[in-house]
Amino acid sequence: MWHFHKWFERHSLILVVGILLVVSIGGLVQITPLFFIESTIEQVKGVRPYTPLELKGREIYIREGCYVCHSQMVRPLRDEVERYGHYSLAAESMYDHPFQWGSKRTGPDLARVGGRYSDEWHREHLIDPRSMVPESIMPPYAFLDAKLLRTDDITDHLRVNAMLKVPYTKEQIENAEADLRAQADPNSDAAIAFETRYPTVKPSSYDGDPSRLTEMDALIAYLQMLGAGVDFSTYQADAPENQR
Amino acid sequence: MNSRQTASDVGYAPLAIGMILTIGTALAIWGAARTQDGPFAVQMYTAIAAFVLGIFGLVRAYILPNPETARTRYEDGVVKAGVIASTFWGIAGLLVGVIIALQLSFPHIFYFEDFGWTNFGRLRPLHTSAVIFAFGGNVLIATSFYVVQRTCRARLAGGPWAWFVFWGYQLFIVLAGTGYLLGITQSREYAEPPWYVDIWLTLVWVAYLLVFLGTIWKREEKHIYVANWFYLAFIVTIAMLHIVNNLALPVSFSGSFSYSAFSGVQDALTQWWYGHNAVGFFLTAGFLAIMYYFIPKQADRPVYSYRLSIIHFWALIFLYIWAGPHHLHYTALPMWAQTLGATFSIMLWMPSWGGMINGLMTLSGAWDKLRTDPVLRMLVVSVAFYGMSTFEGPVMSIRAVNSLSHYTDWTIGHVHSGALGWVGFVSFGALYCLTPWLWKRERLYSNALVEWHFWIATLGIVLYITSMWVSGVMQGLMWRAYNELGFLEYSFVESVEAMKPYYIIRALGGVLYLIGALLMAYNLWRTARGDAPAALTVRPNAAPAAVAAE
Repeated sequence: MWHFHKWFERHSLILVVGILLVVSIGGLVQITPLFFIESTIEQVKGVRPYTPLELKGREIYIREGCYVCHSQMVRPLRDEVERYGHYSLAAESMYDHPFQWGSKRTGPDLARVGGRYSDEWHREHLIDPRSMVPESIMPPYAFLDAKLLRTDDITDHLRVNAMLKVPYTKEQIENAEADLRAQADPNSDAAIAFETRYPTVKPSSYDGDPSRLTEMDALIAYLQMLGAGVDFSTYQADAPENQR
Repeated sequence: MNSRQTASDVGYAPLAIGMILTIGTALAIWGAARTQDGPFAVQMYTAIAAFVLGIFGLVRAYILPNPETARTRYEDGVVKAGVIASTFWGIAGLLVGVIIALQLSFPHIFYFEDFGWTNFGRLRPLHTSAVIFAFGGNVLIATSFYVVQRTCRARLAGGPWAWFVFWGYQLFIVLAGTGYLLGITQSREYAEPPWYVDIWLTLVWVAYLLVFLGTIWKREEKHIYVANWFYLAFIVTIAMLHIVNNLALPVSFSGSFSYSAFSGVQDALTQWWYGHNAVGFFLTAGFLAIMYYFIPKQADRPVYSYRLSIIHFWALIFLYIWAGPHHLHYTALPMWAQTLGATFSIMLWMPSWGGMINGLMTLSGAWDKLRTDPVLRMLVVSVAFYGMSTFEGPVMSIRAVNSLSHYTDWTIGHVHSGALGWVGFVSFGALYCLTPWLWKRERLYSNALVEWHFWIATLGIVLYITSMWVSGVMQGLMWRAYNELGFLEYSFVESVEAMKPYYIIRALGGVLYLIGALLMAYNLWRTARGDAPAALTVRPNAAPAAVAAE
């Protein structure tokens, strides 16, 4: 039997093909079914695509490497459910390109941080984390408050998401830039139009200054929507379509 | 088919490389001119500078050739460059590690409000990429180029392509690293570089594969040596993982941000299929190749078992690829995938230890050398650490254990027992071997300094992993602790506060490890310069070796 191994040892291309075959199997068997088995993503109401401002906030969340210390994945364990809220569903991150589940909790999980604290708390905490939580070891993000948000590329952001099957309507894409500004300017006329396109989202001034659209606005808007939208009253964990 | 080819060996290679660099320059100028995105412009200017320097380098080498450069039997210039680059990036990566460890220990001192780019979230990917890809990658490229030439008795194929691989890889590192500081990242762990850097790396990697395979095709040995199987598996599989995991749509071709092709649960498993096999094929298969060449060489003994190496090789590469889901226990990943991942992770223990046994038992008949040869000791201890962390890994992939260990510092400790103990030590050992071989010196400048390096670094590792064990288990227990009334005992921030002493001990461990690497750099530099004391030109282990030849 050992004798046959000489084919691999004497012919580099047979060796390369052998390696490729052997290392392909695992991924094919594990990953590809996730795209086809329907129960992979649960049936639940309330998960919606990000608004333009939230999408921008998410870009900042990624840029600053928040995922390095904060998970967004509550496990179905008693203490986690009590500490953070209902365990996370696959459906909740189905519009996340890429996912932000994280792998380490140097800070707490953020999957359900939306609505837990006020906008004002978030702003103070991001500017100087230790002013709110003295024992915190989180870096300060005061510069977000000074930096104006880039708005000219938001239509492209929505368009690329739509290409990846995130269900943005044509209207949402066309009005992306107006919606981006309107969400942080609650008393404007545009905010009314915004609410017709995103009926479940309430505009807010986030950083307290509706006249300036900053990166702080966007990040707070993103944090305030995390995990808040899902309607768990309609979610039946025991239903056969949710058995995974 | 022999090593005496001259001009034909080079052929059109300089022309092809020149074209790649010219097209690259043109694209980068286009990107820089069109972009609205400041950090992206900086990246493009960096690329333009690198490509133009590359073109100058090509012109100097091929249009104005230096008649005094004699052609050697083997192409060792690029390996020497790799040794220097590995040492440099190793120290840089460890230094960033020490800085971020200090940030978590002393947030009041090490965070700067006005410099967002120095925050932990941007420096941590810089640390991981610097140690894995910059240090580890350079060690792998340099050793593979050295080993494949010796074990095939053939000069590196492709002439200047090997240099293209070397410098192209350095450009990848510089673009990735400066990108993180500027806030350019895909947020995929260990795959953070943006789409255009991924494309560049793919190009460099294909060239790497072809240079490596081309050298094997020129070989004068009938059989391909076992180390080369591992190098090949590493190169081929990393290519596959890299391409699939980085599939993404950029928002604009003149901007850095992109959206991953996959989302949510599918994206998570794709990422951890990649992430775990970056460990399996970059940090394991590649470094096992180093083990299979340098330990037998330094111990002057043959590999313990040929058959074990066959089983170990195929079993390892087959099983590793399945292990990704153990990073996603208790998440929204379907249960069947979690179970599958855990099962294969536990099975993986066997081939891992098969490899460890093959490495350690190679010392049969030469164990006495551990007393006199600190370089060999470093190599052997690295294999012992490999055994330890490949036992710990399967344990942590058991769901019940993982429910405690996941999200905690235990994972960080586990990674570092593998990274510092196994990857670091086996790399240091290889660098200690290569430097006198390449620069044609009798011996290292100082074996005593190697001893110091060994013991200081080992102490550093022990401090690091024990502090992370304690802090990790403590975090896990505090998060799930209940008081007598049935409420959660601790708030999250109480667990953060409790970590402080362990984070300080960890930082100290990192400092020690860094000091060890600095000693090595000094020792290697003095060795390359030829500063070894004249009185000690005989290798101290020469005599015991003769006795050991039973």
